[in-house]
Amino acid sequence: MAERLERTQSAGTQLIGRVIVYGLLIAFALYYLMPLFVMITTSVKTLAEIRTGNLLSLPSTITMEPWVKAWGSACTGVDCTGLKGNFMNSVSFVVPAVIISTLIGAFNGYVLTMWRFKGSDLMFSLLLVGCFIPFQVVLLPMAQTLGSLGIANSITGLIFVHVVYGLAFTTLFFRNFYVSVPAELTKAARIDGAGFFTIFFRIILPLSPPIIVVCVIWQFTQIWNDFLFGVVFSSGQRQPITVALNNLVNTSTGVKEYNVDMAAAIIAGLPTLLVYIVAGKYFLRGLTAGAVKG
Amino acid sequence: MNPPQAASNLALTRPRKSLADYAEAALPKIVLGPTLIVALIFIYGFIVWTGWLSFTESRLLPRYELAGVVQYINLFANERWWTALKNLAIFGGLFIFCCLALGLLLAILLDQRIRAEGFLRSIYLYPMALSFIVTGTAWKWILNPGLGIQNLVRQWGFESFTFEWIVTPGMSIYTVVIAGAWQSSGFVMALFLAGLRGIDDSIIKAAQVDGAGPVRIYASIVIPSLRPVFFSSLIILAHIAIKSFDLVMALTGGGPGFSSDLPATFMYTFAFNRNQIGLGAASAMMMLATVMAIIVPMIYSETRRHRRG
Repeated sequence: MAERLERTQSAGTQLIGRVIVYGLLIAFALYYLMPLFVMITTSVKTLAEIRTGNLLSLPSTITMEPWVKAWGSACTGVDCTGLKGNFMNSVSFVVPAVIISTLIGAFNGYVLTMWRFKGSDLMFSLLLVGCFIPFQVVLLPMAQTLGSLGIANSITGLIFVHVVYGLAFTTLFFRNFYVSVPAELTKAARIDGAGFFTIFFRIILPLSPPIIVVCVIWQFTQIWNDFLFGVVFSSGQRQPITVALNNLVNTSTGVKEYNVDMAAAIIAGLPTLLVYIVAGKYFLRGLTAGAVKG
Repeated sequence: MNPPQAASNLALTRPRKSLADYAEAALPKIVLGPTLIVALIFIYGFIVWTGWLSFTESRLLPRYELAGVVQYINLFANERWWTALKNLAIFGGLFIFCCLALGLLLAILLDQRIRAEGFLRSIYLYPMALSFIVTGTAWKWILNPGLGIQNLVRQWGFESFTFEWIVTPGMSIYTVVIAGAWQSSGFVMALFLAGLRGIDDSIIKAAQVDGAGPVRIYASIVIPSLRPVFFSSLIILAHIAIKSFDLVMALTGGGPGFSSDLPATFMYTFAFNRNQIGLGAASAMMMLATVMAIIVPMIYSETRRHRRG
């Protein structure tokens, strides 16, 4: 579209236009990168240098001390064992929650498109609402329920919560993907006598890698970055990394160690950032599918 | 026809397959069943449960004797709730406006046959991969008056420069807008860019033949045809704004005092820190009502469109 617009302009205005466009784009790129730059440089400066320098100055000496402290000995509330335990906590509930919710979502999507029955559309609409509710509205009952199930403040409890409230999204992803799979494919298989699971594993699953990637990335990002469920349903040593980071930054006893704060923030953000760098295309696809449709 | 009879009828012709057939026919329902039950209990059941709590005088522990709308009366008599609502209006309005404006501008700029478009796009979008807690932590440091931007600009020679919004009651909510827009505008850019790429070229050509310049074409053809994108971005951003919790917690903690509280932080504080379960439930129900007021018309129009198409 843009190329056609330009043909009507003279060479001079075109050049000026290009300069302005690129200038703006680069300025904005710097603006978006600035916080990341500040985080990284701050995290390797000494406290003395932070006090004498400024936000954008480069570190004159690089120290890894803040990173070591953020990982192993910074105080996140009562105990001072750094983020390593919380990082592992996050891993240990994010991985199962992502796998379980994706699996169930795949089966749900399969049924909702290939094995529709009376009421299955209604069910889908009922489920869709789950994508929108503000989770504040389920927190109090869920806290009670987890308590009476005996899984309050446990990794199991967090897996449970994330699976339950992730299902709406994963089902939506797979349903919208399978809708575009030609029905003839499964019809033919059914005539040949293939059953529910045979069709799923032999025909549908081999078609699914793209949507599985999208779904896994979406769920991973959502659950890793979650703060609300983590802060309400866990405490102390069981807390996920986002909650621990927030505690670390906001417990102000003694000198404020900004470099440790920044190292901790990068540690907390690194897994999702890596996923984004490695699979950005799928990340965006999930974002638009999950958000526009959901 | 009752099932055993049917089974025995079938058994005459195909003795072993009948039971399997029944199981096969029920399988889709069996597979979908757990999810349905989960949704009914943990979404709808819990909404009713919270709704019930909001009509009780529950404080530290939930109680289930109904007490009428006393919590809603308390809620709207609570100065802090009004602050939270006012902040939601300020934050929601500005956050949505900034994201739409920035997103549209970036998308239009990126749509000018740019070299390294993919690279730039991924720079604008990476904040979306971060947790709001990480974003909040980073901006809290950048915006802190002692060593952050204020200090930087003073070192550049503007000695009297002051930028203390983050510690100023009444201004700290605007810092939430700054960090929120930084995080979410790239996403809106992606939506707009997809919209721009979908515009039919022939309309543009026709306008050019008629002698319309680029500004005119953008103002009266391109931007109006992005209406659906505006609409869905608006819904998504409004949804993010109403649910905003982490960002405020990390950036300002709702402070100074409670001057940057939002409904989500209000609910959390009263339900879990101040042992006011009834009041917390009432505020949660108000949040739900707000979200539904935005979402239901959208779902309705979406499904109608699908049915027609």
